[in-house]
Amino acid sequence: MFQLSIKRLIQAIPTLWIIATLTFILMQLTPGGPFDQEKPVTPEIKKLIEAHYGMDKPIHEQYIQFIVKRLQGDFGPSYKYAGWDVDEIIAQAFPVSLELGLYALIIAIFIGVPLGILTALFHKKPMEIVFMSIALIGICLPAFVLGPLLLLVFSTELGWFNPFGWNSFSDRILPAFTLGLFYAAFIARLTRSGTLDVLKHPYIQTAKAKGLSSIRILFVHTLRSALSSVVSYLGPAVAGMISGSFVVETLFFIPGLGSFFVNSAFNRDDTMVMGTVLFYAALIILFNLIVDLIQIWMNPKLNRD
Amino acid sequence: MNFLYCLIIPLLLNLLISLGCTPAQTNVERGISEQVLYIGIGSEPEGLDPHLVSGVTEHYVLLSLFEGLTTVDPKTLDILPGVAESWTISDDGLSYTFHLDSEAMWSNGDSVSAHDFVFSYERILSPKLGAPYAYMLYSIKGAEAFHKGQTDSFSTVGVEALDARTLKIQLHSVTPYFLSLPTHFTWWPVHPPTILKHGAMTDRISKWTQPKHFVGNGPFALKSWRLNNGISVVQNSFYRAADRLKLNGIEFLPINLETEERAFRAGQIHITSGVPTARIDWYRSNRPESIRFDPYLGVYYYLVNTEKAPLSDKRVRQALAYAINRESLTEYVLKGGQKPAYHFTPPNTGGFTADKNFTYDPERARALLAEAGFPKGDNFPEIELLYNTSESHKIVAEAIQQMWKQELGITIRLHNQEWKVYLDSRQKGDFDIARAAWIGDYLDPYTFLGLGISDSGNNHSGWKDAPFDQLLTQATQTLDNDERFELFQKAEDRLIEAMPFIPIYFYVRSLLIDSSVQGWHSNILDYHPYQFISLKAED
Repeated sequence: MFQLSIKRLIQAIPTLWIIATLTFILMQLTPGGPFDQEKPVTPEIKKLIEAHYGMDKPIHEQYIQFIVKRLQGDFGPSYKYAGWDVDEIIAQAFPVSLELGLYALIIAIFIGVPLGILTALFHKKPMEIVFMSIALIGICLPAFVLGPLLLLVFSTELGWFNPFGWNSFSDRILPAFTLGLFYAAFIARLTRSGTLDVLKHPYIQTAKAKGLSSIRILFVHTLRSALSSVVSYLGPAVAGMISGSFVVETLFFIPGLGSFFVNSAFNRDDTMVMGTVLFYAALIILFNLIVDLIQIWMNPKLNRD
Repeated sequence: MNFLYCLIIPLLLNLLISLGCTPAQTNVERGISEQVLYIGIGSEPEGLDPHLVSGVTEHYVLLSLFEGLTTVDPKTLDILPGVAESWTISDDGLSYTFHLDSEAMWSNGDSVSAHDFVFSYERILSPKLGAPYAYMLYSIKGAEAFHKGQTDSFSTVGVEALDARTLKIQLHSVTPYFLSLPTHFTWWPVHPPTILKHGAMTDRISKWTQPKHFVGNGPFALKSWRLNNGISVVQNSFYRAADRLKLNGIEFLPINLETEERAFRAGQIHITSGVPTARIDWYRSNRPESIRFDPYLGVYYYLVNTEKAPLSDKRVRQALAYAINRESLTEYVLKGGQKPAYHFTPPNTGGFTADKNFTYDPERARALLAEAGFPKGDNFPEIELLYNTSESHKIVAEAIQQMWKQELGITIRLHNQEWKVYLDSRQKGDFDIARAAWIGDYLDPYTFLGLGISDSGNNHSGWKDAPFDQLLTQATQTLDNDERFELFQKAEDRLIEAMPFIPIYFYVRSLLIDSSVQGWHSNILDYHPYQFISLKAED
């Protein structure tokens, strides 16, 4: 396991480098710059502003300088938000996204897994259709439909929640559900197929024949292997919940990193684009590694590969 | 299993507790009892350095944190003393001497001196700073030359501190609206020691605007600032008229229009930055007392590329302009109280209202198009209408596309581009017709008509007209208002005759406002000094 971790971390270096280079090239190719605005400054002034940020140098020098700076851990100042450094913004916004992502994860698991098990247990019975429909609705309803719906019912009509903000604990509930339910539906489907698969195995029949309680069979003998596909799905899912919360953050006015990630591209805030892209890339690599380690822990056979 | 219970039960308990504790008091109620204004500003400000920002959003916040030499009476738009308690104007109208209020202080207790203003004007005019709005100070003698780098010596610029309390400004030409200029944030002072503590005078990248460093001279002081979360300001105890302030603080919330509207309905904000078009009808019929439409100093227009055939033909441009039914557009499509535009400068800009030079006249439009060689739109090449991606620009474009098809028989292709790409295309002249808008910077027709000047960086139409340029130059040198307005009218006539900009409508600012807000007066500048605002519970 230790070897695997080291190997993965070494592999991460060229991966990040390629991502950084591709992002750099894409940003150079995109028309429009960070300092273009409705009332444009004169070309001379624009040149001076660009000189402030080293954008006047030849492209290869910019590239080298850019790579060196990132290696030193310097993400530079945001072009869009004067007076803020990219790492300051990430430090301020990421904990919010992380918290939102974790709540969404809890909801996704604690709704998705039981729902999946229930559908598997009711296999070929009418109740299966009910539970599967719930899961399907979850997948079909994107955040930008579900979010406003939840807001309309629980905030505007019932007045139980604030319509926006991230101040009290109750502010976390609607966004976490909006973000988590989609993943819950996916997890339910994965749990169902995993459970059905395992239930067919002879050792389950043996367990039943030995007279073990069905609860023990389910929790001790079935779930551990049934959930392996869920766990491998959790890597990208967690990364998605933490980074892909742009819609939810915008809807509920949450100061997380997702909205900076998306808006930086619209603003041509190059340093911010690069900072968030690299940060998320590193995060996804890290989550995938953690997922692999958990899977090995759950299924030691994998360690031999 | 145990660990499951450890996780789930506290979570459920927490949920129940928090549900039980749903705030009984809304922000609006809390705001009234504590005199704290909750105001939506639409988006996150790009910064709090008055010399580096350029937008309306920033203006809302900066107005609480800084104060210029003069300020504006929100009711009458008369000029009121700000940091300057009085001023004298020389007989030739070229020299202004401001006497600063001895009680004007920075938020750290330093007094505001004339030297601070000199420092500030040198800073914003320094080419190295790259201030986007430095041209707002071009009426000062020598300012333009210094800003364009023709000289390095700031002593050539007509700004001088005669002593700590006296500031003398010399103009390069008579500027009748000069006293209204210092009400704009580009003219506001920054605190020199704070700037220099966090970098050189002309450093763009500086930490001085962060809450722990920030020093301003406005009625309020910066308390906290979290990106995309809000800016809080509290009373500045050193403010020269602190005893007259009614509000104790302001919460600026950078939330988008839809969220703002929901927040307003839930009683969480007092004022919104706008109203989503789809909600206007609902407020009109259900809560008419909450919605306001204020005239606003802005024009929405279509920019024509006069260098491309067939749009290079004046008659074609006129035909396009005359075939737009602006009344039905504003009434049925926009619905927000916008005014149809038949001239370029918005009505009552500094007292000037241009004559209506044309009308909706499809008959004449068809005749003009036929004259230009396209009877009934025959052989008219398919041209493109470019707009930046936005639902509201799209519906206007679709309506006008339909009108041109119906009235003139011509087909226009709609093309939308993401904002920065659109700016790039516009800058490069890579368009046939482009949606555009202009918001006035100060109360004078020049801020609009200046757009048509041949070498203006904002004139992307390719239209160049020497007599037009001359009329505007003449207007800047004329002191008498009637004479100036006559010159502006002549310039308007030439602009509308050539039609490089097809005016569509004049903006209104629509907003939702709680009945507790006192002292927020509708005015064309959308200028609302917070020292005049208070919150009052309903009887």
